[in-house]
Amino acid sequence: MTFAYNRPPNIPEALALMTASPGTFPVLAGGTDLIVQWRSGIIKLDGVIDISELAQLRGISVTDEGVEIGALATHAEIAANGVVAQRFPSLATACLSIGGPQIQNRGTIGGNVMNASPAGDTLPVLLAHDADFLAQDLTGERWIPAREFFVGYRKTALKPQELLTRIRIRMPDTKERGSFLKVGARRAQAISKVSLCVRGRIRHGGVDWIKIAVGSVAPTPIRAPGTEALLTGKVITDSMIELARNSLADEVFPIDDIRSTADYRRFAAGGLLARYLREMTSRA
Amino acid sequence: MPTVGKSVTRRHAVEMAMGRALYVDDLQMPGMWHGAVVRTSIPHGRVRRVELSQSFDWNRVVLADARDIPGRNCVAMIEDDLPLIVHDVVKHVGEAVMLIAAPTRDLALEARRHVKVEYEEWEPVLTLEDSKAARIKIRGEDNVVARYEMHKGDAAKGFASADKVVEGTYTMGHQEHIYIEPQGMIAALRDDGVFSVVGSLQCPYYVSKALSIIMSMPEDRISVRQALIGGAFGGKEDYPSVIAGYCAVLARKCQRPVKIVYDRDEDIEVSTKRHPAIVRHRTGVRKDGTLVAMDIDFELDAGAYVTLSPVVLSRGFIHSAGPYRCDNVSARCCAYATNTAPNGAFRGFGAPQGLFPIEVHMDRIAEAVGISPLEIRRRNLLRDGDATVTGQVLRGSVGASAVLEAVAKRSRFEKRRKELAKSRRKNICKGLGISLFHHGSGFTGSGEAVLKGKAGLRLDADGRIAVLTACTEMGQGSHTVLPQIAADHLGVDLSCVTIETPDTALVPNSGPTVASRTTMVMGVVLGKCASQLKERLFAFAAKRFDADAGRLSFKGENLMSGKKTLMPVSGLVKAYLAEKGALTIIDHYELPPGIHWNDKTFNGDAYPVYAWGCNAAEVEVDLDTFEVHVSKIWTASEMGRAVNPLLAEGQVEGGTVQALGWALMERLVMKDGHVRSNRLQTYIIPTALDAPEMETILLELPFEYGPMGAKGLGELPMDGGAPAIANAIAHATGIRICDLPITPERLYEACKP
Amino acid sequence: MQTVIKRLKINDVEREIDATPEMRLLDLLRSQLKLTGTKEGCGEGECGACSMLLNGEVIDSCLMLVGQLKDGDEILTVEGLGDVDHLSPLQECFVHEGGAQCGICTPGMLMAAHALLRKNPRPTREEIATAISGNLCRCTGYVKIIDAIEKASQASKAGKVRKGKG
Repeated sequence: MTFAYNRPPNIPEALALMTASPGTFPVLAGGTDLIVQWRSGIIKLDGVIDISELAQLRGISVTDEGVEIGALATHAEIAANGVVAQRFPSLATACLSIGGPQIQNRGTIGGNVMNASPAGDTLPVLLAHDADFLAQDLTGERWIPAREFFVGYRKTALKPQELLTRIRIRMPDTKERGSFLKVGARRAQAISKVSLCVRGRIRHGGVDWIKIAVGSVAPTPIRAPGTEALLTGKVITDSMIELARNSLADEVFPIDDIRSTADYRRFAAGGLLARYLREMTSRA
Repeated sequence: MPTVGKSVTRRHAVEMAMGRALYVDDLQMPGMWHGAVVRTSIPHGRVRRVELSQSFDWNRVVLADARDIPGRNCVAMIEDDLPLIVHDVVKHVGEAVMLIAAPTRDLALEARRHVKVEYEEWEPVLTLEDSKAARIKIRGEDNVVARYEMHKGDAAKGFASADKVVEGTYTMGHQEHIYIEPQGMIAALRDDGVFSVVGSLQCPYYVSKALSIIMSMPEDRISVRQALIGGAFGGKEDYPSVIAGYCAVLARKCQRPVKIVYDRDEDIEVSTKRHPAIVRHRTGVRKDGTLVAMDIDFELDAGAYVTLSPVVLSRGFIHSAGPYRCDNVSARCCAYATNTAPNGAFRGFGAPQGLFPIEVHMDRIAEAVGISPLEIRRRNLLRDGDATVTGQVLRGSVGASAVLEAVAKRSRFEKRRKELAKSRRKNICKGLGISLFHHGSGFTGSGEAVLKGKAGLRLDADGRIAVLTACTEMGQGSHTVLPQIAADHLGVDLSCVTIETPDTALVPNSGPTVASRTTMVMGVVLGKCASQLKERLFAFAAKRFDADAGRLSFKGENLMSGKKTLMPVSGLVKAYLAEKGALTIIDHYELPPGIHWNDKTFNGDAYPVYAWGCNAAEVEVDLDTFEVHVSKIWTASEMGRAVNPLLAEGQVEGGTVQALGWALMERLVMKDGHVRSNRLQTYIIPTALDAPEMETILLELPFEYGPMGAKGLGELPMDGGAPAIANAIAHATGIRICDLPITPERLYEACKP
Repeated sequence: MQTVIKRLKINDVEREIDATPEMRLLDLLRSQLKLTGTKEGCGEGECGACSMLLNGEVIDSCLMLVGQLKDGDEILTVEGLGDVDHLSPLQECFVHEGGAQCGICTPGMLMAAHALLRKNPRPTREEIATAISGNLCRCTGYVKIIDAIEKASQASKAGKVRKGKG
């Protein structure tokens, strides 16, 4: 049987293919996830819809409200973008922590998002920044907020005939500080055992507001509202850090798997948060 | 101009840099097909039925099974218990049940997907502890593959005289080689009836011997050649005989050359790995730190077949007492069978499993008696004239103290330890740990005497002199170093010397490329060959050119008579060949005088000589996540003579980072007898960002019976990294982990409330 | 079997290739074009032995399909680094600094290093280690590979090549 390699030249044709037989052929962006899954036998592949011709899905544009990143923007392009590096350093860090240079040059943010692995490194960042995802199909387009986007293990809110085209992140407050922290088995080419994106406004050692998103501790990336509430309005002391650490350990639902244990992940999630809080208040 | 001691450029380096170095998978042969292996998917039981699906056209491929083996269904090693293809009883996941050859690799793999094997399943024995308990017997009555004992002095008396007794149990998991080039082989039946094999292998003669039994052919009708290979580390010592068997059986059946190159997951799952180990120490010590008694239990998980386990066991056992002086030792060792793929040679060959425990144990002892880790080693290390645990009196080239002091000084060990302890910030603590270790050069005991490894020198038509050896190049630099040694023995320029491809049709049986023996053993033999060659050539030259044989010598590229240049070496060689036709000198290795070893009592001279090493490792432990980063490692290696310092440093650095991987991140996950971490995504080896800064010190205490004083080096660097890192972590955190790998999860478990 | 045709520039030479779109770029290079310098170590984008440059960026060719190529794409493999008689300064440094032991990772390392030096001609050792963090080596412990790349960054002037030795 001939492999059905489709490479639509524009969005309408791509959408037409996706609508004609929804879910039959996966969308191919960079290929750094899809091709690995295919070659290792995790999925069967009879064809693909290669979206690399869709120019509107490329690029990073800055508006007054924030940044819009095309689904086909590669991790390397995102990390190298001046605005991202300056205003969204946690996103740049996350992109630079995916695989290594070779993977970063081909892997796309759209691919990372649509793969929707709970270990996807950009996911906690997008969740913590309340990003919006633009989904398009033949009937039109809709923005989906991050909180509603990741619905289950490797499942997004997109319908099979919808294509992710852009991701929008509101420009952060200049006084905000954000960090992406990750624990992997080694310093490069590592799937995260636990990952954290924290952003907040910390003034005179106290928390104005804070948003915490955690990866690899549940079927989807998750926020930690309990710990966020615990920290809001509080001064960061050593004992507060301990409380926050323990609170976060209770809000995550990790499992034992080939990479790590549930116990360790709980502990390390708290540890990464402690590290952030300490750094933000220079309690090194 | 002598080249030994110079960092001459590695042979093949230019081809490698140009992408022109040819490895097995780069080679094609006319009409070549590709092979694939149908493998068992249960750890223990019987094959009931092999079913070929109707939905595949089996005419497109050729199949072979145990019935197609012309000779014996066995891959010969120490015992003959390893079948090439399973006929009935299944002893581990991944054994061959059927072989498939097809015009393309994809077709062979597609055919494989259409084969179904049915089994009768039996309860497996999957761990060392289960095997020892012997509730289920898979080998004899006690599951034992091999066991030895070692006694020195009077251990009971020694313990009675001790001020303190320190105990410890240490466990180590598998380690997989992850040579970047997977296993591969091509076999072809030539039109002249010779079976020609080229492969990614360390020991051409092991393969030719195994094939002669499998194919029922005399060895001289089998030609095995080593291609350039992408790493081996012991993983290509015995295992290639298995793949060669598959290729040969298929090649014979389909009357075509057949190539098999393993997928990475297949390679990790079925090929040999480092033996897991459990070691128990009970040590009596005086309050000044002197060791007075040692009791050691050394146990290995052999896997399902014997292969090399008795030898790994014996080397690990001998090294388990460490590089120390102790008059009273009682020790036992045992290798147990399990229903997992046979474990085999991996750089160190048991010694890392012996040295990790004793080196962590020494720090434990140091703590118990209140002496520094440096001092406890100073007080107990072996010196010239001391007797080892096997009663071997060391005579010369004992570098234990030299390497220890070199590292202590370069790392400012005591001072730095204090500084690091003070520099503890809230979330990152730092530590510095040390390890002292040794590695016997050459085969254990009478191995070399039995083997009589051969090497040769041959006059070539282009006027050069070729080194002939079956010892292979696998990145360690043997094919650069041996020509250097030969050139210096001859007194000629390196440009006058070359080295033949390791092909059993062209080179003598040197013995395997293992046991850190190549430089030392081959170098000595080449010295003997060089003397004989010079004698023959000078006698010829004297007659032919009317010269005084006594005044003849080689200098640089020329033949000299006294101070007068007679002719280039190449001219002499060509003149000799023109008149006499050919000249090859072959000689064999003999152990230095006075080497006596008793296999039964494990007593005597275990090795002709030891190399010595010391590592200091500085680590940072992040207490928020227990991630460990090794920031720096100092190494000192005493190797007799650094024939090529740049290549020697490369060996030390590479081996040390492999040891780091074993220490911290290389965890082979098995479940129900299946390897779950069978990808590079899940079996984790260090990247460039994980590798530490390194300071590499090479020391030389020339060995009287080594070529230009050289001893073995290849495996030494693997022996000390893990305990140095473990000891550094203990210094940093106060937590002493005695089980490898020391993952963050393990550290967390050790100190969670 | 349906194939596609792409007009590419491979090691500075215009070539037309004709292959199935689902063929891996790695297999196109090795099997069809006989450029065996690019190696396969894992097939899953972890080891980097298959690294080459696509339009100046280092990528894993085992994770790229022929169908993803476009007319005009420029491919650089290890065979395109020096030429028949001359090694590039980077290749020279690998040869003389001990950057290669078994050599199987060397082509991939060279490509990653080449991509780095084009963008960042004076990298720190940390930047070098990051640039090769997608290339696994089991022989060297990375020390002399980083030494070689550092040396090349110090020695090389744009466009100059010296005759290879050894």
